Amino acid sequence: MIPTLAHFLAVSLVLFGAGVTTMLTKRSAIGILIGVELVLNAAAINFVAFARFGWSAASGLNSAAPSTGIHGQVFAAFIIVLAAAEAAMALAIFMSFYHNYHAIDVEKGDELKG
Amino acid sequence: MPIGSPILSAVLFYTLGALTVISAIAIVLTQHTIRMAVYLLATLAGVAGLFLMLDAQFIAAVQLVVYAGGTLILIVFSIMLTTRSPLALTTVPVWERILGSVIGGVLAAAILVAGLSSSIPHLRESLPVSQSPTIGDNQHVANIGSALLSVYIVPFETAGVLLLLVMVGASYLARRTAKPGDRQSSSDRISSSDEAP
Repeated sequence: MIPTLAHFLAVSLVLFGAGVTTMLTKRSAIGILIGVELVLNAAAINFVAFARFGWSAASGLNSAAPSTGIHGQVFAAFIIVLAAAEAAMALAIFMSFYHNYHAIDVEKGDELKG
Repeated sequence: MPIGSPILSAVLFYTLGALTVISAIAIVLTQHTIRMAVYLLATLAGVAGLFLMLDAQFIAAVQLVVYAGGTLILIVFSIMLTTRSPLALTTVPVWERILGSVIGGVLAAAILVAGLSSSIPHLRESLPVSQSPTIGDNQHVANIGSALLSVYIVPFETAGVLLLLVMVGASYLARRTAKPGDRQSSSDRISSSDEAP
């Protein structure tokens, strides 16, 4: 069976479901961050796949824009940049949290002021 | 077998898709944080392969360099810095796991139903023939570069400012806060380690 757009969307759907479940079932803050990364990857697959199968031609974004398929890839690149920034920020917060509580169990972070 | 033949692309897709999906499910099932990080590496590699299949060579390379090379190393380092044992377990009650899985499954099923009921064009088309089949073709990256600096100049610059803010903010948040008594013990440690050799 030749892979179609539906195949790629199916992989992305499984990644999304696994990411949400990871976010909800882990106590370790780093585990929750890994779940967020899975969801972001699912979104990036969707962008690139839709662009590859000819959606950006219909978007009519700009005639000065280069060839088809580029727009989705640019958005995937932005997703990767945002994911890296978000991971750096979150891990800095986890380090600060670990200094105060000596664990990164999110159940311990239930006070507003630490 | 020629590049771009249907059988080859099907074999490639199912291999990469199975790698991605199986390791994503393994992330859900394992309770060890360091194993989650290793499975995440497999997932990211599989996604990079899928990007390659979708003719997005630049994004695949960025995925490997930034995600697998940068973000994942960051995650592994913070696991090492925040746990006493690399295989430390965080216990989660069974009902909570079941509830989380049900919520995740319901959300995924909702997206599946919405996707099936909407009329997405090109949904059943097979993978289009690659527009740039040669490896040495650099037109692809040039297109992305000119898109970033023409149509997407504002988000591009905003992302640059965001990265600067994150760099400053992360180093501010992760700094070692001086507590009373901390300074004394750290200077003791330094002097004792100086005498040790």
